[in-house]
Amino acid sequence: MIKSPDKETDQGIDAFSFLARFAPLIFLLLLMAVFAILEPRFLSSVNLFNVMRQVSITGLLAIGMTFVILTAGIDLSVGSLLAFAGLVAAAVAKGGMQDRFTVGDGAIGYGWPLAALAAIAVGLLGGALQGIAITKLKVPAFVVTLGGMSVFRGAALLFAAGGPISGFQPSFAWWGQGRIGPVPVPVIIFLFAALIAHIVLRYTRYGRRVYAVGGNPEAARLAGVNVTAVIWSVYIIMGFFAGLGAFVLAARLNSAEAVAGTGYELTVIASVVIGGTSLFGGSGSIFGTVIGAVLIGVLLNGLVLMNVSSYVQQIIIGVIIVLAVAFDTFAKSRRRKA
Amino acid sequence: MTTDNQTMPLLRMSGISKSFPGVRALECVNFEVGEAEIHAFLGENGAGKSTLLKILSGAQSQDSGRIFFDGSDTNFASPRAAQMAGIVTIYQEFTLAPDMTIAENVFIGREPGSRLFVSRRALEQQTQALMERIGLDRSPNALVRDLSVAEQQMVEIARAISMKSRLIVMDEPTSALSRTEVQKLFAIIRALKRDGISTIFVTHRLEEVFEICDRYTVLRDGRHVGAGSVSETSIDGIIRMMVGRELGLLVKRQSTYATPDIALAVEELSRRRKNTDASAIELHGVWFNVKKGEILGIAGLVGAGRTETARAIFGADKIDSGRIIVDGTEVQITSPRDAIDYGIGLVPEDRKQQALFLSLAIRTNLSIASHDLISSLGVFINADKEDQLVDEYKSLLNIRMSSPDQIIGNLSGGNQQKVVLARWLALRPKVLIVDEPTRGIDVGAKVEVHNLLFEMAASGIAIIVISSELPEILALSDRIVTMREGRITGEIAGADADQEKLMTLMTLTKDRAA
Ligand SMILES: Nc1ncnc2c1ncn2[C@@H]1O[C@H](COP(=O)(O)OP(=O)(O)OP(=O)(O)O)[C@@H](O)[C@H]1O
Ligand SMILES: [Mg+2]
Repeated sequence: MIKSPDKETDQGIDAFSFLARFAPLIFLLLLMAVFAILEPRFLSSVNLFNVMRQVSITGLLAIGMTFVILTAGIDLSVGSLLAFAGLVAAAVAKGGMQDRFTVGDGAIGYGWPLAALAAIAVGLLGGALQGIAITKLKVPAFVVTLGGMSVFRGAALLFAAGGPISGFQPSFAWWGQGRIGPVPVPVIIFLFAALIAHIVLRYTRYGRRVYAVGGNPEAARLAGVNVTAVIWSVYIIMGFFAGLGAFVLAARLNSAEAVAGTGYELTVIASVVIGGTSLFGGSGSIFGTVIGAVLIGVLLNGLVLMNVSSYVQQIIIGVIIVLAVAFDTFAKSRRRKA
Repeated sequence: MTTDNQTMPLLRMSGISKSFPGVRALECVNFEVGEAEIHAFLGENGAGKSTLLKILSGAQSQDSGRIFFDGSDTNFASPRAAQMAGIVTIYQEFTLAPDMTIAENVFIGREPGSRLFVSRRALEQQTQALMERIGLDRSPNALVRDLSVAEQQMVEIARAISMKSRLIVMDEPTSALSRTEVQKLFAIIRALKRDGISTIFVTHRLEEVFEICDRYTVLRDGRHVGAGSVSETSIDGIIRMMVGRELGLLVKRQSTYATPDIALAVEELSRRRKNTDASAIELHGVWFNVKKGEILGIAGLVGAGRTETARAIFGADKIDSGRIIVDGTEVQITSPRDAIDYGIGLVPEDRKQQALFLSLAIRTNLSIASHDLISSLGVFINADKEDQLVDEYKSLLNIRMSSPDQIIGNLSGGNQQKVVLARWLALRPKVLIVDEPTRGIDVGAKVEVHNLLFEMAASGIAIIVISSELPEILALSDRIVTMREGRITGEIAGADADQEKLMTLMTLTKDRAA
């Protein structure tokens, strides 16, 4: 073909799109700087690890939620599923319901591996069921998981019969309370899971299909992608992380209760969206989600340190979600017009 | 610059420049259109045509340069503002709402009726009248989602001509239309001209320029390289301007690679319409076969059932009855995945809805169907192999792109089409069905695509070509079957065929004699 001077070059990123891409990170650093100035305690390593430990549970859920939202789906049931899975894990750890309040040596449970497996199994099952309803019954994800939110919460309440299950063996509690060096174990779990998820989404065939299904499901189908299987799989992955999160949360609190994880769906979805993943599917990253989750953790922690009431905190989180999506939409339209 | 009305054409764009990150799309381009003039706007894929037209219609803004319309210095802030001033635009990529009816789409924002309520009857009647004028044979209440690309194009045209305008901009309106619909469109454009309305007409089918246009402007690499009166130039002259060198035109192929082995046979393929869409196209006992190394053309008018046949074979739509035989064995195909596993590929007609992941990178778009070729351990995508794949097709098809990680939505229409084509060429299937393979592709690249199809045929791949452009069908095919209203109406050897014979067969009402 014709040889014309190639005027299209590789340095195709202008200042604005650079800003748009790294906006969450920049905002996070700014926020940390502000808190550091206003409240010196904020920057202490104890506090920072504390923040990270708090972030790790919702962070784990947010990793799963990233898969779901990348396919233009949503899962509102995460908090409820987490509560239910946590209770099941706790019951396994205690060897049944009769010893629910016995602490330490009195507990004659099955040990943490089985408890963890139980939590994850419940999560996987919950996710798989919802995934079937979404793909086979063709009920919108919003509706299915709204129903799931109620079903799993009800199941948790029923299972717990009103009371928490607490006091596990130290080897169980280590998963939530222990440290490796100075780093809390949940933080390590969270970051490790994030790394794996990142690799899966960025470098595997499966990851490509997740983006493709989110980007244009009909085109994906015509390119030979099994769209149903991909959609089903992301809800199963979400369920896995709900189960894992449930186990870590129970370990951290040394207790599981039916109201655990109430309102988590908001924080989790917010983390993903603030991290730049589009609710319309097809674009976003785990890196963004991790930043988004940490950002929310830092925000909440800073507000607590500054004695802002939890009611006001809720208002702030809500406003920030809307702003984050507005910014994202604005940046996109600008990119299209630019 | 003078603002004297005497010397001022209807539209003058002067010194328009526009850059995107990493791309200079337009460099100081001048463009003029006179009163009651049909103006051809030409250039290769990625030359900057659509960009200039989007600037004209207020959909994008220029970095520098001025626009004079109807004697006054203007700059439309939005497509709506341009519409108010009398510039109506049909964009290259459709802007229809898929879940609304034809009538609703045509009159969107301008529904007839009282202030509060839409008069459904008036809406339908007015739409019906428009549809008859352009020759769209559908119910005004059919959903746009159920329409073929050609039909969607006609809805866009209906919408444009229903608006009061002084200048109609049409970005590749004919790329999906067959001869008959193009004739109707041209009749409309001529009628508009008699009413003093000008048209800007973008096309890659250069014969059309000489059929209908008065003047032309050619862009190359974002620069204005020529303009003048159509009567004073020739196709060769225009091509030379567009690509900067001589170029062979489509010629009937000389050699054939067809073997006696049948690669794919379909028998008694039938599909009845769903009751949700009363005007959808049915298939009635479609049957044909294609041999290894053979290129089979399917010709027909819009609505003949060519695309439906392709989709049925590929498992994209369910069929009611019929048999599909690959390599001598009957196979059950219930999804595109099955079809791909049996070695069948389909380049769909509607790239935006059915092929592209607009928000994703070129590499993702290109390799999505051929992960088997570029994976390590069966799980990971091997970025090096993927880069090689992209590079190979980038040079093979002359795809204008800056890097494999560029978002495909930012490519020009023709370059997007090349990536879609590359997706399926890379897979090297046993049977490749291409539905409008060169839709929106410029003359130079079209020759490349045709050569590539010949090359694939030579390597033993059976190819089925659907095209609304008869010259393309004639240039490519060893054998041609014609369709009308969901039936096969005739079959003719490529060597014996010409446009007239095909038109006769395409308009037969009976099944071909067996
Ligand atoms: N939004 C965008 N972002 C980045 N680059 C763009 C964008 N829109 C267009 N371009 C680039 O500008 C150049 C001109 O594109 P344009 O769509 O105007 O070409 P065209 O002449 O209409 O081509 P075609 O015949 O293929 O439709 C191309 O290189 C294209 O990649
Ligand atoms: Mg264009």
